[in-house]
Amino acid sequence: MTRRRRFADREDLLGIVMLAPALAYVLLLVGVPFVLAIVLSFSTASAGSLRFGWAGFANYAAILADPIFRGALINTAIVTIGSQVLVIVLATAAAQVFRAAFHGKRTARFVLLLPWAVPVSLAAIAWTWIFDSTFSVINWTLKVAGLLHGWLYWLGEPGLALTAIVIVQAWRIFPFATVILLAGLASLPQDVIEAAIVDGAGFSRRLFHVELPLLLPVVAVAVLFGVVYTATDLGVVYILTGGGPANTTHVLPTLAFQRGIQGADLGQGAAIAVFLLPFLIVVAIAMLRLARRTEIGGM
Amino acid sequence: MAGVEIRHLSKRFGQLYAVEDVDLSIREGEFLVLLGPSGCGKTTLLRMIAGLERPTSGEIDIGGERMDDAPPRARGIAMVFQSYALYPHRTVSRNISFPLEALGLPRAAIGEKVRWAAEMFGISPYLDRYPRQLSGGERQRVALCRALVRDPKVFLLDEPLANLDAKLRNTARDELKRFQRRIKTTTVYVTHDQVEAMGLGDRIAVMDRGKVRQIGTPQEVYEEPVDTFVATFVGQPPMNLIAARDPALPPGTLLGFRPEHFLPRDHFATGEPLQSLPFAVRRVEYLGSDRYVYGNIAAGATDDTTVIAKIPATIGRAIPEGETLEFAVPQRTLRYFDAATGARRS
Repeated sequence: MTRRRRFADREDLLGIVMLAPALAYVLLLVGVPFVLAIVLSFSTASAGSLRFGWAGFANYAAILADPIFRGALINTAIVTIGSQVLVIVLATAAAQVFRAAFHGKRTARFVLLLPWAVPVSLAAIAWTWIFDSTFSVINWTLKVAGLLHGWLYWLGEPGLALTAIVIVQAWRIFPFATVILLAGLASLPQDVIEAAIVDGAGFSRRLFHVELPLLLPVVAVAVLFGVVYTATDLGVVYILTGGGPANTTHVLPTLAFQRGIQGADLGQGAAIAVFLLPFLIVVAIAMLRLARRTEIGGM
Repeated sequence: MAGVEIRHLSKRFGQLYAVEDVDLSIREGEFLVLLGPSGCGKTTLLRMIAGLERPTSGEIDIGGERMDDAPPRARGIAMVFQSYALYPHRTVSRNISFPLEALGLPRAAIGEKVRWAAEMFGISPYLDRYPRQLSGGERQRVALCRALVRDPKVFLLDEPLANLDAKLRNTARDELKRFQRRIKTTTVYVTHDQVEAMGLGDRIAVMDRGKVRQIGTPQEVYEEPVDTFVATFVGQPPMNLIAARDPALPPGTLLGFRPEHFLPRDHFATGEPLQSLPFAVRRVEYLGSDRYVYGNIAAGATDDTTVIAKIPATIGRAIPEGETLEFAVPQRTLRYFDAATGARRS
């Protein structure tokens, strides 16, 4: 038996070696593009050329003066907030349903989770059919039910198109939020709920005065994920409307793609893409602080 | 205020009866303790009275009204949980006011009631704190306060002292008893601690495997146990049970006697009718106020059941380990049980 330390005994070296692949991955595929995007947003770079000129805040000034950008910014806010409100309401309701014991619960839960597993692009393509100007199942169903006179051009009118985007984004995040809320509900102390029952609280008082306040940290995490996923998503809007009609339904990612890649103005595209970063950081910090503040230490 | 009537109450979980055909009559203003080992069904019984558990069959009346189908909020009960189940996101004052808010009382009335209850339990200084900022004893009082403000017809307490440390438990027990005497509300109290049960209960219902074995005052349950389960569950150390060798008794009789009655023979006054038993001492435990002496009855050697004698500190004589001494039990304290069924024989 040799008394020398082998490589496997040297935890300091071993640690570095084992961390290296992950570190390289993060640095090369996340860190470098991220820094590059910030640098590009201050440049006059364009696609197809290696010319790199310093532009200062010119790109930012240009996009802020651009009504399409301002529209995209508002749309991003509407889609993000709208879909998250919808998600929280629906997920809370669904979590209450899945809490009860009923036949076929496992199957139902599996079906519920499916949207989360479907690739966004495929799902969005399916949704374009649901919202199709001629074949829209929504329209035909409403028509047969006698609720619709006339016709809804879902993806053809700005207001309706934005509604469609909100619906699809909510549909996409909803399963995840439900699962998180279900886990949260299951972790609530049972006797606190029972105390509320004995104290005479009905369903809504129990939900709004006991369960949801206790679930606040969990809800905050679900919302944080939802906000980040929705605000940075390119696929849904790109496939559903492509930013149209007439650039009215752009969100920041689609506009960045249009300007930077399709329009070859890398500088402006990067500025649009990076624009949301400070907001998302603030949202993330606020949410995490909220979660920590309401965390309950001991009963 | 009102009593609770329970008739033929059963609760089945799958094949297992948690509570089986229980009849219980709790008088108005009474402090009744449900006592039994864990899993005996006492908590399930309490939860059925509260309405948190649906009976499989049977009836529950509270204050003369049939209640087994009524939701908990309609039963006029208040419950204190073992964990206290305070609302962690609400201050003490908002915890206490919760049941009143649910009743839809005006804000001024709620505030007044909360202050009154907090005063009663001496927790007024903590009204603005959160439960996590309170000690165990303070939390327990908040839980009692929250139960009190509803003016319930019946208090249901599920081991409310179990989470307190031993020292605090004694004071809390005393406070609880005084409080109940003052407000005279019917109380059902669940515990597995027989000291608590004896100290608190006007009557004790001893439960085992879903059934009530005996109901009676602490004295009745202790001195006249109806079967070997009650005899050995109530009392610390438990009642000694040995096979009787007296030919005058029917075969298969168990002789029962309390450890504190099993003393050196020369300790008893002359003239007291005694049952002498030679005691082979194995080990002596010194506990300050008492000595516990472990051993077995020497004669016959048919039976090596461990027998315990509890000798108060007032008897100072030496008890050497490994020797056989002449011990005795007063005849009047002997209890006889059927070895096969465990039932009492008079």
